[in-house]
Amino acid sequence: MNMADKYDVLIIGGGIAGISAALTCRNRGKTVAVVANSTESQSLYKAEKITNYPGTPEMTGKELAESLKRQLDSCGADIIHGRALSVMNLGDSFGVAVGNDFYQATAVILALGITREKLYPGEAEYVGRGVSYCATCDGMLYKGKKVALIGSSEEAYEDVKFLQEICSEVEHFPKPAACEIRGGMKADTLVVNGEEHKVDAVFIIKDSIAVSQLAAGLEKDKTGIVVDRSMATSVPGIFAAGDCTGKPYQLAKSAGEGNIAALSACEYIQKRR
Amino acid sequence: MAISHLSKADFDAFTGEGVALVDFWATWCGPCRMQAPILENLDAELGDSVKIGKVDVDEEPELAQKFGIMSIPTLIAFKDGEVKAQAVGVQSIDQLKDMLA
Repeated sequence: MNMADKYDVLIIGGGIAGISAALTCRNRGKTVAVVANSTESQSLYKAEKITNYPGTPEMTGKELAESLKRQLDSCGADIIHGRALSVMNLGDSFGVAVGNDFYQATAVILALGITREKLYPGEAEYVGRGVSYCATCDGMLYKGKKVALIGSSEEAYEDVKFLQEICSEVEHFPKPAACEIRGGMKADTLVVNGEEHKVDAVFIIKDSIAVSQLAAGLEKDKTGIVVDRSMATSVPGIFAAGDCTGKPYQLAKSAGEGNIAALSACEYIQKRR
Repeated sequence: MAISHLSKADFDAFTGEGVALVDFWATWCGPCRMQAPILENLDAELGDSVKIGKVDVDEEPELAQKFGIMSIPTLIAFKDGEVKAQAVGVQSIDQLKDMLA
């Protein structure tokens, strides 16, 4: 078996909380990997002007996002392009699956941004029975069949191309207003805006997957992932920072939480040695 | 006991008697690769009391179809050839033990 790359800290999310956490972990001499989508897909990138972040007056969102990206690129952290599918406790470390690969780390920091928690009707019911979050994983199981894909990210478009090579037909719904998945023992119908589409599988490819599907046992409330003052979640070794822990959705709050989560993760690692 | 790679030819003999856990997986799937060290730990912990096997769905499409595998990894626990429990997605060592209990 190939031993997966093992890091001290693996950070899921390349927004300001994740980058802040990465910088602090690197300052403390830890090996770090950051799982990140493209900078252009961040909401910060689209912000017209940032007026309340200290030290950067008159900056556009694009400028700040690009400046953060440069800082991340030069801090010595490995950057893993893609979407985390699953975080699992392996006993003495955590495993994190990203697309075709998997990585190991002693501690994990979730900096997921605002996550999509509301599932489509039928989604949870048919996960693994016609609903999939990973086209590269499950695409081959639908060779020659008709499938649908929901999602508008860069990865979603790549996955559509990938599925078109395998499946007989791929229906792509980038941003459907209303969706429902129906079926019997397995999913067989996707209803989009009241219109029924007969398909053998529905691939849901969003920027981040729901916390409940990402990691088992993480406590959440209405606002987000439950954390204490040290940014520790209900799972020892997993920390969280930024918008995924709840409001206010502000850059300064996210950067601060990323910093605290990083320090707490470093302390956690120290105690285990 | 080492983890066995199963094919159509030896699957029934492997699962037919006693308790067996089978992982349906493929090389291209990240979550499946994450499942592998968990299975090795389980194997080391449980020893001879449970047989652990793996089916590469790419090489054994008939077995994948027979068990209606629609997402990988899928783990199936067998007792004397009967399906006892089935789970989709990466399973922790505790979740696997629950499936076998």
